[in-house]
Amino acid sequence: MSGNGTGIGASVKRKEDQRFLTGRGRYTDDINLHGQLYGYILRSPVAHASIGGIDTGAAMAAPGVHAVFTGKDMEGVGGIPTGWLIHSKDGSAMVEPPHPALALGKVRYVGDCVAIVVADTMEQAKSAANLVDVDYQELPAVASIEAAEAEGAAQVHDEAPDNVCYDWEVGDKAATDAAFEGADHVVSIDVVNNRLIPNAIEPRAAIANFDPATDEYTLYTTSQNPHLVRLLLGAFVLGLPEHKLRIVAPDVGGGFGSKIPHYAEEAILTWTAGQLGRPVKWTCERIDAFKSDTHGRDHISTAKLALDADGNFLGLHVSTKANLGAYLSTFATCVPTYLYGILFAGPYTTPAVYCEVKSFFTNTVPVDALRGAGRPEATYLLERLVEKAARELGMDRVEIRRKNFVREFPYQTPVALQYDQGDYDATLDLALAAADWDGFEARRAEAAARGKCRGIGISTFIEACGIAPSAVVGSLGARAGLYESGSVRVHPTGSISVFTGTHSHGQGHETTFAQIVSDMLGVDFNAVDVVHGDSAKIPFGMGTYGSRSLAVGGTAIYLAVEKVIEKGKKIAAHLLEASAEDIEFENGSFTVAGTDRSKSLGEVALTAYVPHNYPAGLEPGLEETAFYDPLNFTFPAGTHIVEVEVDPETGEVDLVAVTGSDDVGRIINPMIVAGQLHGGLAHGIGQALMEECRYQEDGQLETGSYMNYTMPRAADLPSFSINHNTTHCTHNPLGAKGVGEVGSIGVPPAVINAVIDALRPLGVDDMTMPATSQRVWQAIQHAQG
Amino acid sequence: MNDFTYHAPTSMDEALGALRGAEGGKVIAGGQSLLPIMKLNLAMPSDLVSLAGVPGLADIADGGDSVTVGAMCTHAQVAASAIVQGRIPALAAMADGIGDAQVRNAGTIGGSVAHNDPAADYPAACVALGATIVTDRREISADDFFRGMFMTPLEEDEVITAVRFPVPARAAYAKFANPASKYAIAGVMVADGPAGMRVAVTGASGDGVFRVAAMEAALGDSFSGDAVAGISVSTDGMLSDTAAGAEYRAHLVTVMARRAVEACG
Ligand SMILES: Cc1cc2nc3c(=O)[nH]c(=O)nc-3n(C[C@H](O)[C@H](O)[C@H](O)COP(=O)(O)OP(=O)(O)OC[C@H]3O[C@@H](n4cnc5c(N)ncnc54)[C@H](O)[C@@H]3O)c2cc1C
Repeated sequence: MSGNGTGIGASVKRKEDQRFLTGRGRYTDDINLHGQLYGYILRSPVAHASIGGIDTGAAMAAPGVHAVFTGKDMEGVGGIPTGWLIHSKDGSAMVEPPHPALALGKVRYVGDCVAIVVADTMEQAKSAANLVDVDYQELPAVASIEAAEAEGAAQVHDEAPDNVCYDWEVGDKAATDAAFEGADHVVSIDVVNNRLIPNAIEPRAAIANFDPATDEYTLYTTSQNPHLVRLLLGAFVLGLPEHKLRIVAPDVGGGFGSKIPHYAEEAILTWTAGQLGRPVKWTCERIDAFKSDTHGRDHISTAKLALDADGNFLGLHVSTKANLGAYLSTFATCVPTYLYGILFAGPYTTPAVYCEVKSFFTNTVPVDALRGAGRPEATYLLERLVEKAARELGMDRVEIRRKNFVREFPYQTPVALQYDQGDYDATLDLALAAADWDGFEARRAEAAARGKCRGIGISTFIEACGIAPSAVVGSLGARAGLYESGSVRVHPTGSISVFTGTHSHGQGHETTFAQIVSDMLGVDFNAVDVVHGDSAKIPFGMGTYGSRSLAVGGTAIYLAVEKVIEKGKKIAAHLLEASAEDIEFENGSFTVAGTDRSKSLGEVALTAYVPHNYPAGLEPGLEETAFYDPLNFTFPAGTHIVEVEVDPETGEVDLVAVTGSDDVGRIINPMIVAGQLHGGLAHGIGQALMEECRYQEDGQLETGSYMNYTMPRAADLPSFSINHNTTHCTHNPLGAKGVGEVGSIGVPPAVINAVIDALRPLGVDDMTMPATSQRVWQAIQHAQG
Repeated sequence: MNDFTYHAPTSMDEALGALRGAEGGKVIAGGQSLLPIMKLNLAMPSDLVSLAGVPGLADIADGGDSVTVGAMCTHAQVAASAIVQGRIPALAAMADGIGDAQVRNAGTIGGSVAHNDPAADYPAACVALGATIVTDRREISADDFFRGMFMTPLEEDEVITAVRFPVPARAAYAKFANPASKYAIAGVMVADGPAGMRVAVTGASGDGVFRVAAMEAALGDSFSGDAVAGISVSTDGMLSDTAAGAEYRAHLVTVMARRAVEACG
């Protein structure tokens, strides 16, 4: 790797920003097709009801209306599938109730799709939707985990007694119980992981078309993984073969997990376009996004940690209840299980770990992955508990962590994962120095003199990214593989198109991947373009989530480049009249070892496409594809330290310092990595201090707009101190681990630990997320009696 | 949103004519309150009459013992006005703390006062300073103007032209904002002016702006933060929502009152 000014390790400005910043991005809503109609999705205003009947007559008669379809019209079309089968403790399969794209018989959450009204304009469709007369016969609703599990609770699905989807476990229960029996100390904690609304800046949108000339459907959609949508929509919902269904996810304005799932609207639009033989376009309004984009998190947990007299962790026992919402979204079932329970070793050597998770249906929006997906929930619980253990044992909270760190790699945890590499001490030391941990007491005293309560909090964590290998996830219930494809096409005059099955919706793949390819092939950065998001162009792909794109997708590209080089060597050997084994490739030139005889990549590429003088038996062309199935997860790790100042009079929490020390593996573009860390930290801080999705008991969404759902703003955040301690992943050639979710995983417990630390002098020793001013004030009132 | 007819009159007479001629007409100023409720179909006016082209509504005038702010002055304009900053700095600071920059650049004093949102800032300023609301046909004292949540004595076709603020000896505004919307959860304007010693509270009560007589009396005796720090307001009628329950709001009123007094210097 040459490491030139745009190569691996350089902070190259993002290619894609030119078009984004000049308003030339092409988002789904920017696409207009000849003859298109507009679809408005009528949504349920009630959380739970039987549909007595739907009268569409008045709506059909309204100006401009072409069609109104309801669940009855779509009856017989497949329901929306889920992507991961979980088995309960007793070996039984999870309950998988049908999820009709348009509600059939019942509605199960406020926002459930009831009808699509198609008209010449969006305004006409929306006005006509007001005329659709739905006879909702309301049923009692369960809007929370507590309500779902209460005696005599209303049933969300007849198929799911007691509203339970599954009751899962991981780890050795007997060994864990034994660890508790022999323990000197047991520390326990109850935590709630607050429910969040993802709020990508671009609302979801879709435009579907059917071409009767070719029998081909095309769906433009705001997706993080177009191939997965094609697989689910084609094979499971509409029964269309892949070659007749093209999915395009063009520029997408943020996802954070909410654009992973295959949504009902995608099926409704595509089916409707087929019925009408005209393109149909839908763009979600923000107010509908609040109640129809998948939500995130929503756990209630109780956990205990067994320790010996010296503070060594002996065992961890976690019981969690998770809210899945009304229907099973694509990855809903694996987020609170295989992305959660197996994280509980954390960076620690706890020899016995057991985690059980019971998941419930409720009359709320389906819950799915949200930045971090399962790992923030695990990290939050573990780091709150470790902090509490330090307090209860009277130990230093840094030392208790250090004492239990994993130091020998590879390390097999008691909950399935095998960590390949890491240096948690170095990462911690870096954070402590950068945050001036030792100087904190002076800052606390200075703040106290101003009437402010200052606190410092820490979290040390690992995450597991790039879920893999396919064989393992398959044995755990995944219904898809988790590999990635990459294709590298060297054009005749040496410019390059790279095709990736990952999808960029803010991550900067067009830049990062171009850096890798230009560096490896020694060509100009601007001669490399990255293509993604179109099932007609990309061989296959699993999309972007779980911080997998560089570690898995980047590696596929890396391997494809290696194949290109191998083939190029054969062509060069022929041109140079040497043996391919003697050809070396460096800085864009194929050279006969030990000589100055060489051919440039451009010359070799031209020869490949104009093969007048060409090796016998070798195919023309210079294009290679690689599919990469990782051998293991990657394990980024870090330490986050947060300082807050609380105004004890109002309860306001002022975030004064945030320090991240992270090992994200090899860094291709430091500027992009910093951006990902900043975004993730803001997201995690939002969860810890501001964001809270609340439902009323009757299932009405209480926080349904920006009037009362608080998103973090730039002005709420201090400048972050970002530090790196890098170890390389051992099982992918880039040494990459992942960075997209680090902040949202690591920082929430550090924030809450800091808030509790600040309030401890006032007698407060617990805090629930988000630590809003009212909640903090109430805690102080309560503690002061 | 329902269809409506849009009018862009260039004189007050034309504006009033358009309002009278409409079945359910409404004035539109900055649209920052009206448009959101129209989008939710909570207001469905048949006609919108814009005041943007009516001359003379966006001036700020120094009248010696008072400052007159035209109804179409945006919050940003009031915040940046040398006259307001010089004569009633508390009012400029209050305007500068409304919503966000976009809202301040579009929203107007006339719209804010006419809308009388219980969480809006201007009502507290108007009541504490003893302002007069000037319309196309009369003058209404702030004391008579704010009549509970979204209620005012304005007639259907009546247009506010300006708000006149007497210059106080001292005044300050302290606001605890809703972290999501930035509207007031508890906003307290304290003023020692021609209308006497006044403490006006917004954001906290379901009835909109109200005065705290006990605090006013205490400040009359001794103008200090300590004088109000021990005076609590009743939780009866307090708003209660996701950001703040009644008890917390009531507590914040006292804290903000003390801070406003202290900010008076
Ligand atoms: C995100 C957001 C945050 C906000 N935060 C705050 C805040 O922190 N504090 C705060 O005080 N406000 C806040 N607001 C409201 C803002 O200040 C509005 O500007 C104000 O409430 C209305 O002013 P407008 O000019 O936009 O009026 P419009 O929305 O145009 O009109 C509002 C109402 O007043 C009537 N009206 C307008 N002008 C006149 C007139 N001259 N005569 C008679 N009737 C008239 C209209 O018919 C309508 O009924 C916020 C608004 C938003 C969108």
